Amino acid sequence: MRNEESSARAPARTVLQLEVSDHPGVMSHVVGLFARRGFNLDGILVLPRDTSAASRIWLLVRDEPRLPHLLKELARLEDVATVVRRDAEVALFTRIAETVA
Amino acid sequence: MSFRSPATEAAAAATAPQPVFHGSGAELVVRLLERQGVATVAGIPGGAILPIYDALARRGSIRHVLSRHEQGAGFIAQGMARVTGQPAVCLASSGPGVTNLLTAIADARLDSIPLVAITGQVPRALIGSDAFQEVDAYGLTMPITKHNFLVTAVAELATVLPRAFAIAASGRPGPVLIDIPKDVQNETLTLAAWPEPGRAAAPPPVEASLINAAARLLEEAARPMLYLGGGIVHADASRLAAAIAERCDLPAVTSLMALGTLPAAHPLWLGMLGMHGTRCANLALEECDLLLAAGCRFDDRATGKVAAFCPGAKVIHIDIDAAELGKIRQPEVAIGGDVAMVLRQLLAAVRPVARPAWRARIAALRALHPAHFPGADDPHTPHGLIKAIAAAAGPEAIVTTDVGQHQMWAAQAYPTLAPRRWLTSGGFGTMGFGLPAAIGAAFAAPDRTIVCISGDGSILMNIQELATAAEERLNLKVIVLDNGALGLVRQQQTLFYGGRIYASRGNAAIDFGAIARGFGIAAIDLADSVDPGAALATAIATPGPFLIRVPIDGATDVLPMVPPGAANRDMIGE
Repeated sequence: MRNEESSARAPARTVLQLEVSDHPGVMSHVVGLFARRGFNLDGILVLPRDTSAASRIWLLVRDEPRLPHLLKELARLEDVATVVRRDAEVALFTRIAETVA
Repeated sequence: MSFRSPATEAAAAATAPQPVFHGSGAELVVRLLERQGVATVAGIPGGAILPIYDALARRGSIRHVLSRHEQGAGFIAQGMARVTGQPAVCLASSGPGVTNLLTAIADARLDSIPLVAITGQVPRALIGSDAFQEVDAYGLTMPITKHNFLVTAVAELATVLPRAFAIAASGRPGPVLIDIPKDVQNETLTLAAWPEPGRAAAPPPVEASLINAAARLLEEAARPMLYLGGGIVHADASRLAAAIAERCDLPAVTSLMALGTLPAAHPLWLGMLGMHGTRCANLALEECDLLLAAGCRFDDRATGKVAAFCPGAKVIHIDIDAAELGKIRQPEVAIGGDVAMVLRQLLAAVRPVARPAWRARIAALRALHPAHFPGADDPHTPHGLIKAIAAAAGPEAIVTTDVGQHQMWAAQAYPTLAPRRWLTSGGFGTMGFGLPAAIGAAFAAPDRTIVCISGDGSILMNIQELATAAEERLNLKVIVLDNGALGLVRQQQTLFYGGRIYASRGNAAIDFGAIARGFGIAAIDLADSVDPGAALATAIATPGPFLIRVPIDGATDVLPMVPPGAANRDMIGE
């Protein structure tokens, strides 16, 4: 992961929200899909859901032309139940960045 | 708290369900394979998978085919799966057993073949310790499987095995790997009820509005065409494909994987498209104003330079895998669904249209660019040999190929290809596919003649499987087209690398007949025949395995050819 670009030149970014199974290997499947296509992940947040054997993943990504195709490939993964774009959640990562800075 | 009389308790015990299974994880694997209807598996045993082999031996219910390399086991399973359409199983031990399987798994992924690979892993306590024959099978197979499992507790097997079969067979088929640590195989468990066997899920319903939009485009088009891919085979939709072509008057082209979905004599079929396709197919696509693409994925070998592929056409794309829609070419109508179901609905929704002007143009293109097979009547030429093989093997034979010039000549000239009887490594292009796939085909269809068309380069990549063919006395004929070269490489070096032939020609004079006889397989060399056609026919008619070596002129190219990266209109050769 890289965080080198200045905010002035930062490309448009969005957040992908995934509902996934909660077992070893799921993160690897999800993150590997991006890595193998040379697609950088700018931020990753994972939390288990209280009520089920599921987790939620938020991925901060650049809004590139190939992103729509990647969403389809993510949805194709067996361990991924849903994939939703959440443009507004970029602010969540900004707040976390401020907290941990 | 409840109180029961002793009599009630006894009654409850009598009606309590007896466990359906009590035994080891390895035994459970074998029982679950039986319940999936698996009759034959291919593999090689080794330390980490011996409990499963012992369970196979004790049950005696499943036939095990011993391959001589795990890649062979993977392709034997693929041969069974490609012929039956059902998931087939291969087994391998940990470490090199797994890494040897990888090529066959990746090949299954590219051609959407339902495969379940079961591999042994070192005991859980040793995972991550660089134990003997330990490798991260789960990590290695993540990018090349549809899904994969590392089983971490014996209880998981009852859900993982059926699920693996369901995933392999559902939607767009593909390979699934199950990695099972040895101690999980040895652990005991009790099962109260059997899980349902894993089956292909019903395909999702298709929106009527999409069908109607596609129907209107088809009715309005002046120069529409049909482009068929391997999905037509997987969906068993070749009759529907012919029906839509006939109803809408669509000249049709097929990819390498879809050869045989329309019979060669079909009046609307223009041949294979792409790099070694027919001139007529590629030139007609240039002119079409609508492309109905069904069960295909716009592979680069089919489209040539994408920007110049069907430049004036709107596209209707039907595929079961939504991730294929818009991946290469943005369609005007994208229909994610089972291609058989979609074509059936489309047939009901579309009005028949006659297009005499387009028909006349296609007839003119055909007359201008007939499929040109020099020496097709002479078995000394590549195309003539392919036709002689077909004549000897009969119209019901199953044909497998390796990868190279022989594969393209077979694709161009074999006259009686049919779905599930044309087994070729399309997407991955794996040399070494042909012989083990033919072995798998022979197990899946024991009454048919199996013809493996190979080359002197490819056959050496899995030649050890001749031992398996000999042992099982399978009725398969291996025909080695021997030009003493990696022909397609030599061809590219001749055409595009200034004629610098490098590393593509072998100087070893290999006696393929002696090699076959060394395995206990009969062989002939057509170089020694005065009448090669008759000698070929005799060899193919002889029951059991047979190797036929055929000398091929080392300077012969596969033509026509679209240079890599060029537009399909820019074909070299006749």
